[in-house]
Amino acid sequence: MGFSARDLVQGVLKRDRRSVARLMTAIENEDPESRAAVSELYSHTGNAYTVGVTGPPGSGKSTLIGQLAKQYRKHEKKVGIIAVDPSSPFTGGALLGDRIRMQELSTDEGVFVRSMATRGSLGGLARSTSELVNVLDAFGCDIIFVETVGAGQSEVDVMRLADTVVLVMAPGLGDDIQAIKAGIMEISDIIVVNKADRENAERTMLEITSALELDTEQKKWMPPIVKTIATSNEGTEKLVERLEEHKRFLKEAGIERRKIKGEIQLLEALKVRLAETVMADLRNDPDFENMIEKIARRELNPYEAAITLANKIVGKT
Amino acid sequence: MSETTLKVRSAGAERRIRALVAKPGLNSHDRGAKVIARALRDSGMEVIYTGLRQTPEQIVEAAMQEDVDVLCLSILSGAHMTLLPEIVGLMKRRSLDDVLVIAGGIIPDEDISKLKEIGIAEVFGPGTPTHVTVDYIKSNLRRKL
Repeated sequence: MGFSARDLVQGVLKRDRRSVARLMTAIENEDPESRAAVSELYSHTGNAYTVGVTGPPGSGKSTLIGQLAKQYRKHEKKVGIIAVDPSSPFTGGALLGDRIRMQELSTDEGVFVRSMATRGSLGGLARSTSELVNVLDAFGCDIIFVETVGAGQSEVDVMRLADTVVLVMAPGLGDDIQAIKAGIMEISDIIVVNKADRENAERTMLEITSALELDTEQKKWMPPIVKTIATSNEGTEKLVERLEEHKRFLKEAGIERRKIKGEIQLLEALKVRLAETVMADLRNDPDFENMIEKIARRELNPYEAAITLANKIVGKT
Repeated sequence: MSETTLKVRSAGAERRIRALVAKPGLNSHDRGAKVIARALRDSGMEVIYTGLRQTPEQIVEAAMQEDVDVLCLSILSGAHMTLLPEIVGLMKRRSLDDVLVIAGGIIPDEDISKLKEIGIAEVFGPGTPTHVTVDYIKSNLRRKL
């Protein structure tokens, strides 16, 4: 009962949910025709507004996304959610538990929730997350939430993918300083202090405010801080207002952002393509194995070897 | 090209079995379900765990959106003869017949054959070593990997 990836594309454009699910799987598995499918879908994307939700584990990202989804549903917007969780580096397996907090949305036809495992990618997202976002975009989602692994270290991925980056913090997780160190604040457009009913909520607010003030660069957009209690749906309307404000702000800066995202997407795709082409050639090149041996014997250093190889590949002397 | 390089290259694109572990019905005892979920994860599968008190509709819709290869239903409440057929029925109506459906929990032996007739591939009682379940799944998937 195999459906070709091209058939699935047609299904997605016709709003068939099963096609969406199956195409996502094909893309994740790098099935033969999935590249062509992604290409075909691209011209149908660009309508959805993407919100990256990041932050340390336990801050309440999933619950918050669930509540935000309900808010957007009230306005009859179609919502897509992709929740990413880490794969075990040893077994390759993963426990994808974010859906628990959003299960009541399962029977709402206006919401599509997909769980993804990182499958070895570092940086908070899986390799094919942006392609799955494209699928949801082409499917007709008005807003797509992407929940990252949020280990708090390298959230650069989410910045490339999302229109708005929301950082969700919670008091007492003991890592406020870590977030400041890691420069997450720099990439966040909105900062949420969830579980705001907890004791140290005020202190967390103050720490975040000071961290933002330390950032001396002149910014066109000052990240607002929103207090929420996701479990009781408090503060979520305010958060939606801030999301909409940022969306309007982006519209005015419009073309600029899209060009940056376009460039990033092109460079990423180019890197992958180049690596594949190069690796295929290297497979047959005896010089390559020789270089590896020399490097292992410390007769050659890998950095110089890389330059030599690169020049050889590009055709310079 | 060295073997390690090849392994690293293919790690990302390796086809993973996706499983949904669900607890239909009102029972709140989820230790068994969590044990299975962890065992499946440790065997290399991607396991979507949907938590407690799921309705058949919620479970089937999740199975569809997550495009799972196997659906694992854990029932301790005694309502298996109503809930399981309902779930299997919904799966068929949505053309999700290529998903392997198994069940576990407190299910009396006399009901097992009836359940198999309606489409539950296998029932794993309490105390079944997890590797038995894992091996069964790996050997009985209906979808090509």
